[in-house]
Amino acid sequence: MTDAPSTIAERSADVLARATPTNVAVRVRGLSDRAIAWLFITPTIALLLAINIFPLIWAVYLSFTNFRANRPNAEVDGVGLRNYQRVLNDPDIWIAMQTTAHFVFWTILLQTVIGFALAYLIDRKFRGHAFWTTVILIPMMLSPAVVGNFWRFLYQPQIGLFNYIVSFFTGIPPSSFEMLGSVSLAPWAIIIVDTWMWTPYVMLICLAGLRSIPDYIYEAAEVDRASAWRQFWSITVPMALPFIMLAVLFRGIENFKMFDMVMLLTGGGPGSTTEVASITLKREAFESWLTGRSSAFAIILFVAVFGLANIYVKALNKVKQR
Amino acid sequence: MRKMTKALMGMSSALVLSTAIPGMAKADELTLCWAAWDPANALVELSKDFTAATGTTMKFEFVPWPNFADRILNELNSGGKLCDLLIGDSQWIGGSAENGYYVKLNDFFDKEGIKMSDFAEAAVNAYSTWPKGTPNYWALPAMGDANGWFYRKDWFAKPELQAEFKEKYGRDLGPPRSWDELKQVAEFFTGREIDGQKVYGAAIFTERASEGITMGATSALYPYGFKYEQTGGKYDMDGAVNSADAVAGLEAYKALYKCCQPPGYTDSYMGEGLDAFKSGQVAMAMNWFAFFPGLHKDEKVGGDKIGFFVNPKQKVAASTLGGQGMSVVANTDNMDGALAYIKWFAQPDVQKKWWALGGYAVHNAVLNDPSFKASQPFAADFLVAMNQVQDFWQEPSYAILLQAMQKRLHDYVVADQGTAQEALDSLVNDWKEIFEDEGKL
Repeated sequence: MTDAPSTIAERSADVLARATPTNVAVRVRGLSDRAIAWLFITPTIALLLAINIFPLIWAVYLSFTNFRANRPNAEVDGVGLRNYQRVLNDPDIWIAMQTTAHFVFWTILLQTVIGFALAYLIDRKFRGHAFWTTVILIPMMLSPAVVGNFWRFLYQPQIGLFNYIVSFFTGIPPSSFEMLGSVSLAPWAIIIVDTWMWTPYVMLICLAGLRSIPDYIYEAAEVDRASAWRQFWSITVPMALPFIMLAVLFRGIENFKMFDMVMLLTGGGPGSTTEVASITLKREAFESWLTGRSSAFAIILFVAVFGLANIYVKALNKVKQR
Repeated sequence: MRKMTKALMGMSSALVLSTAIPGMAKADELTLCWAAWDPANALVELSKDFTAATGTTMKFEFVPWPNFADRILNELNSGGKLCDLLIGDSQWIGGSAENGYYVKLNDFFDKEGIKMSDFAEAAVNAYSTWPKGTPNYWALPAMGDANGWFYRKDWFAKPELQAEFKEKYGRDLGPPRSWDELKQVAEFFTGREIDGQKVYGAAIFTERASEGITMGATSALYPYGFKYEQTGGKYDMDGAVNSADAVAGLEAYKALYKCCQPPGYTDSYMGEGLDAFKSGQVAMAMNWFAFFPGLHKDEKVGGDKIGFFVNPKQKVAASTLGGQGMSVVANTDNMDGALAYIKWFAQPDVQKKWWALGGYAVHNAVLNDPSFKASQPFAADFLVAMNQVQDFWQEPSYAILLQAMQKRLHDYVVADQGTAQEALDSLVNDWKEIFEDEGKL
């Protein structure tokens, strides 16, 4: 006599076991549940090891060598921490990191503020709000390659629509400024495009947060005669905060490794004005072929993003527990 | 049951083989890799004769210029078998020779009676030899090229502009003979309205990612007296790369960029320069001779409307080298076929047809032909340019050397950071570090 299943999981397993055809049960006879479980997950683990873990370990190994992928016949020597030392002492890499930080900060700030504002408006459920939600979501559905090329044309000083719109409102001649060719404007040109493309994503997450706030809380606040302003700051913002923080985390990680948009719009230029860390890494790895040094740089970036993300997730959990 | 098993095994084997076959080269098939541009189309046409003569099917892998180096060097580095023959950039020859990617052709040339003395000396040095200038041949000179200029001959011929220019500068408005004159002509046209359109002086190379701004700026640096080393082979770059002449050359290039480049051309190379000229935006443009046949045939801006001139001199006459040699990839499965193509391509008659189709042959049978100079409106300039070419480092570490120069030049010319002296001093430091890593300093 066996014990009756107690938990939901156990009951579900029991139902599934009863539903399993007898011939399957016969075929796997002799294998324990644990063995069957391993049988199922082994291909996935093998795949993950092959395409995620092994390259990571290999990159760590390469980062301590002078290996260059374009010289496969050359002798590979261990160089200790020299690659890490050179990366950390390279002023160009620190400039690229500053550029990345500038880019991450402003895109997240703008996307969060605008995304939350849009979500707040859409949440009012006005007439046609479903249609406008769809319209707002269009940019994030496009491929970054399409968006990059599309905005390159928009920013073209002689024929670009963006310059003409600015000219229309300000009276500045359209070909008198270059969004992608000017040192002061190029970083903002990228920030504008990234904000245009990814604000809808932040809006969606914020909207989910706003819709998760139960109506009865607002009703109770109404009974207590709390003003709309007070309700916003005391109910809406705190209760949506975990969602906002989640959106910031996702966008932060994405923008830290941003490559495609910057490459398509400016290629890191003019000069090195918009050269973010991922572009520097690509140049070191696949143009200069300094595989060992670029591996060290990649590991440093990985540790930085991983560390920052962990700290952030802990903060997020604290907010959720409040 | 056994029959069924055999049948299944047979089908599986057939399936495996059928998927493997496309990756294997057939003995009667050759794949030639090159950049995707006008001369590549001419080579496809020319190679039909090779197929007719030998029965070998020619396949081509043409990669757009911005990705050419990345794509092909990745292929070589990974030991791929895509290319049997490769028309690769002159700068790749050092690395490809030292890493064993190219087949050394000396023995083959000796056996087949192919003499390098039959080709223009500058082309042989640039496209075939490593170490540079030594009789170690890794390629057959395939496509001579240099950076040159073209201009709107019809605009230059306008009487009112001629008169205005003469009054201002005291000479006829014509193709510039020095970099000083080049800037004057470019300034003269910039901002002017011609045929109802605002025009600019010159479209020059400013591209950051691959090699553009280096190829453009060296067209100013070389004539001003820029050198890579004080003594050839000694890597003593201080006082050569950052000499007063080199600084003046770089300042001249930036001045031309600042005064006369159309708006938005902050990251422009071959394609953008051609667009600027074809759309009637610029009076002059720099670009590789390889594009000149196509430009001359252009319905809108070609024919009588276009003129050509060799890169203007300043202190010395010099042009930036382009062009490529044809190498046999060491990893090929069809070595005999690849060598047969090289042998066929080296024949004087084939070289003459190559030039006639739009390829820049550098065989003496073509260049020394009395009718050569008159054969195309840019042929005489091509001869001049090929006799004054200077090339970038051809070292195995050329890619890092090039990236350093791209960065320093773009930072100074386009991003307005620092002075020309600082840019070139920094470049010397970058290059010293690279050569120290290489054990050459």
